[in-house]
Amino acid sequence: MPDPMRIRATAQGDVVDVRVLMSHEMEGGQRRDAAGNLVPAHFIQTVTVTHGGKTVLSAEWGPAVSKNPYLQFKFTGGKKGDELTVTWVDNKGETRTDKAVIN
Amino acid sequence: MSENRRDFMKLTGVFGLLAAAGLLSTTEALAQQQGWNKAAFETKSLADTYKVLGGTPTESADISITAPDIAENGAVVPVGVTSKIPNTQAVYILVEKNPNMLAAGFNIPPGTAAEVATRIKMGQTSNVYAVVKANDKFYVASKEVKVTLGGCGG
Repeated sequence: MPDPMRIRATAQGDVVDVRVLMSHEMEGGQRRDAAGNLVPAHFIQTVTVTHGGKTVLSAEWGPAVSKNPYLQFKFTGGKKGDELTVTWVDNKGETRTDKAVIN
Repeated sequence: MSENRRDFMKLTGVFGLLAAAGLLSTTEALAQQQGWNKAAFETKSLADTYKVLGGTPTESADISITAPDIAENGAVVPVGVTSKIPNTQAVYILVEKNPNMLAAGFNIPPGTAAEVATRIKMGQTSNVYAVVKANDKFYVASKEVKVTLGGCGG
């Protein structure tokens, strides 16, 4: 099971600023190990953020996103106390979902 | 912990350069996943990427890219894109000299600001393009980011 994400969501008026730090290797599939073998690619492909059953952001990522990816965006319509759900799925089918409360 | 991380970053920087120099092949069989545009992430030229995304963009002054002029570490380059174009539907971040240009794409539903930020890897000094889809048309802005040799500055 991958490590949990760190999610911070702060509301200013009805605009919510969301910052997510995921814990993932984001192996690009181009690197070789000490023995010269290609390290297989392992990276997050899709990220979905939902609020109140509505998707507020969906992202598609390639291997060029940095290790332990960071994501920041803003949406309107959220308020303090609302719950936010972030889900990622990687190219090996592993997935992780974390929830955070807007404050 | 932070020492290890630093070492790792140095390594990835070096490998990133190797990759960019064409020493390493990019063809990895990637598991296809729903909602992930495999074709777009496999393109190797700007024209091809534009074609897969759905259109050739026109230059726009309403897109701003927030990225450092000089990135000391090519493994972690913070890039933010803000689009002032109304009805922005999607934002894509492309790195011209990476093995595969498309680094990330964001679908922006109504109500979400056309303002996203993330961190990407860059193999070498290159132009970073922000492609914005709005009203089913494409717009682009670019910014050069210099990557310090070795991907990690002193």
